[in-house]
Amino acid sequence: MRLVEREQTPAWLPWCAILSSGFVTLIFAALLILAAGASPLEGFLELFKGAFGSKNAVAETGATATPLIFTGLAAAIAFKAKFWNIGAEGQLYTGALATTYFGAGLFEFSAFIMIPFLISVGFIFGALALLPMVLLRQFLRVDEVVTTLLMNFVIILLVSYLLEGPWKDPYSLGWPQASPIIDQGVLPQILPRTRLHLGFAIAILVAFIIWYIQTKTLFGYSSKAVGHNPSAAKHSGISVTKTMIGVAVLSGGIAGLAGVSETAGLKGYLTLDLSPGFGYTGIAVAMLGNLHPIGVIFSALFIAVIYVGADSMSRAINVPSYLADVIVASTILTVLISLVVIKYKVNLGRKY
Amino acid sequence: MALDLLELLINSGFWAATIRIACPLLLATLGELICERAGILNLGIEGIMTIGALVGWTAVYLGAELSTGILVAALVGASFGFLHALFSVHLGASQHVTGIGITLFASSIGYYSFRILLPSSTTPPKIEAFQPLDIPFLSDIPFFGIALFQHTSFTYLAFLLVPIVFWLMNKTPLGLAIKVAGENPMALEAQGVDVLFIRTVALMIGSSLMALGGAYLTMSAFDAFYFGMVNGRGWIAIALVIFASWQPFRALLGALLFAGLDAFQVRAQQLAGAFIAYQFFLMLPYLLSIAAMVLAAKSTQYPRALLIPFRRGERH
Repeated sequence: MRLVEREQTPAWLPWCAILSSGFVTLIFAALLILAAGASPLEGFLELFKGAFGSKNAVAETGATATPLIFTGLAAAIAFKAKFWNIGAEGQLYTGALATTYFGAGLFEFSAFIMIPFLISVGFIFGALALLPMVLLRQFLRVDEVVTTLLMNFVIILLVSYLLEGPWKDPYSLGWPQASPIIDQGVLPQILPRTRLHLGFAIAILVAFIIWYIQTKTLFGYSSKAVGHNPSAAKHSGISVTKTMIGVAVLSGGIAGLAGVSETAGLKGYLTLDLSPGFGYTGIAVAMLGNLHPIGVIFSALFIAVIYVGADSMSRAINVPSYLADVIVASTILTVLISLVVIKYKVNLGRKY
Repeated sequence: MALDLLELLINSGFWAATIRIACPLLLATLGELICERAGILNLGIEGIMTIGALVGWTAVYLGAELSTGILVAALVGASFGFLHALFSVHLGASQHVTGIGITLFASSIGYYSFRILLPSSTTPPKIEAFQPLDIPFLSDIPFFGIALFQHTSFTYLAFLLVPIVFWLMNKTPLGLAIKVAGENPMALEAQGVDVLFIRTVALMIGSSLMALGGAYLTMSAFDAFYFGMVNGRGWIAIALVIFASWQPFRALLGALLFAGLDAFQVRAQQLAGAFIAYQFFLMLPYLLSIAAMVLAAKSTQYPRALLIPFRRGERH
């Protein structure tokens, strides 16, 4: 097998490649449903119904997409600059910690001030959680993959300590959860009587802001240049370290916003199961969205459909709900193949 | 406090625990070391350990011998290594994304199969795991008997693999080829050796060791499979590889040091648990790994071709 770089990429190819990777994933999922002794057709029907079947189902899909847009953006920004932030899970919880600390009664403002205030502190603390790792990478050459991964465990243990100890809500009947966010800080519902909240609109707004930054500003240009070829970027006068710090602040900060939105929007208070791995799923979202901020919105919606749909499918036809995680993980792998096919021609056979 | 520490060091149970905790880390670190020596960062490690823990345990649960369980885990590990190689070596895809993808894929498919196998188990079923060996004379020596000679055969296998990996990497043509593939793949190609093949083999051997590290958890350290039981050990192993400068015997030292601190942490928790919350003790392994990486950073010499995909006929 031999890969030859394409001189020209036909316009239809990227879309076909991404679509067929989705198709391959669905076939694989069908096989897994068969392995569980259920009917794939019925399964996919239930999945579709679970994600789109009612007003509540659609709202639920939007609510699940919300944290995924944030963590997907966090991964996309970082990966574009080849800064491997795998710590969005920890930064999400840091944002949630900040939301709880500042939003559960420490200050009381009207909602017009309170909500932007909580968003700001969530962003700042998410960014602060990633800042040491980028500094270690730039100044001491410490690999950021491992440090960001390990910090996830540290931060989640810290959350566990706070929820079982000093921050435990005395009215929570023994459950380890923090005191609720005060009413002025709660993100209002977008669709009345559903779980779809303002966080969804904020996530889409942030995606467009990132798109603007990446395409229209000097920083956006340098962050892409640094990822593409760091030494060439350096020679053309870009400060690699400054750019990387900027990328890390944006990436960690936006992952922190996922924590704000889940705490102040969806749940109203911080718990230890706030995120079922949204930080890691964000990597799949970013890949499927081709690291493009607007692509991230669509891929987050797609993966939210899988999550919400698979949840009700697993209840309806009795298939383990881990199927959703398998689908998300195989999406990463199939998209990787399609990215290679987009860039290279694959010549099978050994003639060269 | 100093007296307590001394008491701990002459406590044979502490040393036995250190050796037990070191084994899964040691196996995983040796596995990652082989992959990275060939130029491939294998971030699939956490998932491969999870699937190794699951399949080794499952084989025994379904009636296989313990030794067959080890073999099954190694083979499944090797096949995930092959999958990694298809992406990272043959297609030249990003090693970071491939690895994270493999980790998510291996652990989710493991959990899915576990749930199909045991649809509604609240308490995970147990198997007859490896039992401590009773070695004549040696096991009865005071102190050293308990500390060193009352372990399972899986434990001795893990330690035996250190000289074996050392021999493989330094004394065999394959080991030499693996090292050159990670330092200067062009030179290897010039010798007429297939770089892609060597990297694939390294990934398969390394991943099978990672799977053994996972299997140690369910077949020797414990006797059941729990969700999330690998608990970051794979990521810690990646830090240990850097700490060990890609040398098998330094990996042994690192794993033992690390396990010693972890065993100490467990005991300190019992002593000081009333004053300091247990979560802070549990943070120590992760913080120590980061600290070890920071300390080793200055002298770290990564394999030169690490993370760089090799394409035939292309100049690098």
